[in-house]
Amino acid sequence: MGLAARRGMKISGRDKIFLGIVYLFLGIFVISILYPLIYVVSCSFSSPEALMQGRVVLLPVNPGLQGYKTVFQNAKIWLGYKNTIIYTAVGTLIGTMLTITAAYVLSRREFPARNFVTLIFTITMFFGGGTIPTYLWIKNLHMLNTIWAIVLPGAVSAWLVFVGKTFIRSSIPEELFEATCLDGGSYIQFFTKVILPLAKPILAVVALNYAIGLWNSYYSALIYMSDAGKYPLQIILRDILIQNQVDLTKAATLDINSQQHKQYLSELLKYSLIIVSSAPMLAVYPFIQKYFIKGVMIGAVKG
Amino acid sequence: MKVKKQKRYIQLYLLMAIPFVFVVIFNYVPMFGITLAFKDYSIRKGIIASPWAGFKYFRQLFTIPIFPTILKNTIVLSLAGLIIGFPFPILLALCFNEVKRARVKKFLQTLTFAPYFISTVVVVSILFQMFSYRYGVVNSVIKFFGGSAVNFWGEGGFFRPVYILSGIWQTAGYSSILYIAALSSVDTSLYEAAAIDGATRFQKVLHVDIPCILPTIVISLVLSAGNILSIGFEKVYLMQNPANYTTSEIIATYVYKTGIEQAQFSFSTAVGLFNSVVNCIVLLIVNKVADKISGTSLF
Repeated sequence: MGLAARRGMKISGRDKIFLGIVYLFLGIFVISILYPLIYVVSCSFSSPEALMQGRVVLLPVNPGLQGYKTVFQNAKIWLGYKNTIIYTAVGTLIGTMLTITAAYVLSRREFPARNFVTLIFTITMFFGGGTIPTYLWIKNLHMLNTIWAIVLPGAVSAWLVFVGKTFIRSSIPEELFEATCLDGGSYIQFFTKVILPLAKPILAVVALNYAIGLWNSYYSALIYMSDAGKYPLQIILRDILIQNQVDLTKAATLDINSQQHKQYLSELLKYSLIIVSSAPMLAVYPFIQKYFIKGVMIGAVKG
Repeated sequence: MKVKKQKRYIQLYLLMAIPFVFVVIFNYVPMFGITLAFKDYSIRKGIIASPWAGFKYFRQLFTIPIFPTILKNTIVLSLAGLIIGFPFPILLALCFNEVKRARVKKFLQTLTFAPYFISTVVVVSILFQMFSYRYGVVNSVIKFFGGSAVNFWGEGGFFRPVYILSGIWQTAGYSSILYIAALSSVDTSLYEAAAIDGATRFQKVLHVDIPCILPTIVISLVLSAGNILSIGFEKVYLMQNPANYTTSEIIATYVYKTGIEQAQFSFSTAVGLFNSVVNCIVLLIVNKVADKISGTSLF
């Protein structure tokens, strides 16, 4: 809205009611987004007894760190963390390199196979082999129980390739290519010397999209991984949070003598675990969210 | 010059080679594995040498007693999710658009974005805790107001509402970006013209904002409708327990159980293929209808 129009506008009575409704809706929505998160944080800092008696509603009751102590003593969780960091780092690196390369080639209008490659990529957005054929193929490639089953199959996302292509086309001036040509530069030199340095924002968009997908996914590990030592964090979380497989026998907290307390503690542990596993993402996302927004916006331009 | 250029294209082909081979290996080779659905697969013989079975596994699918249930569950869950969940991001974007203070807007938007960064496993776990029968906060509140505790996970009736509402919680903020972007590109002269005509803010939303973002709305609707049968396996599978199978068993979870858990490879592939084919048909129909009604379509 134009600044002049806004300044000249008086807020009428009707508009006040309308704005009131708008803010009410936004308020309710934001509170319902935040409440579950606050609730989990508060539970994680409460005492096991207060939690199990359903006394935690908004703020921690009888605050303590017992849940966190139990989490930090659980070796499985840290192994999962380590595996996830490795899978995410390797997968993001491979995915980003392949995606930006494909995006660059497709951004060149003179590339003869452009339409054919675009079609081949687009089809993958709507159709796939399905669970079993893919599983058998991965098995055939001897990738079961290796990091490759997790990082390779999703390494080229057609959507991100198209987002990258649109970005390169719209933000890197064609004159730069002509200048490179005049200097006797080749396509590969243009890619490494000009595109890559100038495409940093889109590299961030692509890399972060792959990273969050890999960090949060459990599906491929569920299907392809059977060796517990290679489980990523999300599988460990599923075992403990959803399937209640928690082993407290090794917990060094020696005062666990009653069965009941043990059970209470295993419930409390879940809240602390939710925080320990989600806090890194939630702490970082306000600073990187612009790259996700950018991805959606560039993707929308393409339609 | 011409020759030199042709030579240069080789570099483009070389660069494209690796991503292209990746797509062929990991997306297209499995597609040929779909022939499994028409074969009696045996591990020893492999896909190619296994004998043909025709439509045996599709007939088996259509005659098993659970088929109507999983088909209905899949359709109801995604259709209800679409109808209830689809308007939320639009409403959210329209409201954000009324917040003129950039900082407040940015702050609120950031908050609504948070759940997108939380993994499905954690989201389902939070649901389990909050709706727990024994000590969940929802039941604490119900008991506080004099009601008796509800066993949300002990029967099928609560699966769909909990699934759909938590889905809105997870994605409404993220999905609203698309509409916020569309709204930010509305021509300001339209607002000025509306102001001259003495339009109220609500009338501007009705007669300027909504018509301007209608194409975006239609395209997302077509895309979502095209995915009517492909609800994410992950969340449903995590929320499932024997007590809510009556509403929570969907095609995707059935494919996983028959295929990965019970190793009925051919049958499971047939189920998955049935799912994809229905999806494609729905996408084409909805696209056609959208084209007829509003002139906007995917292709």
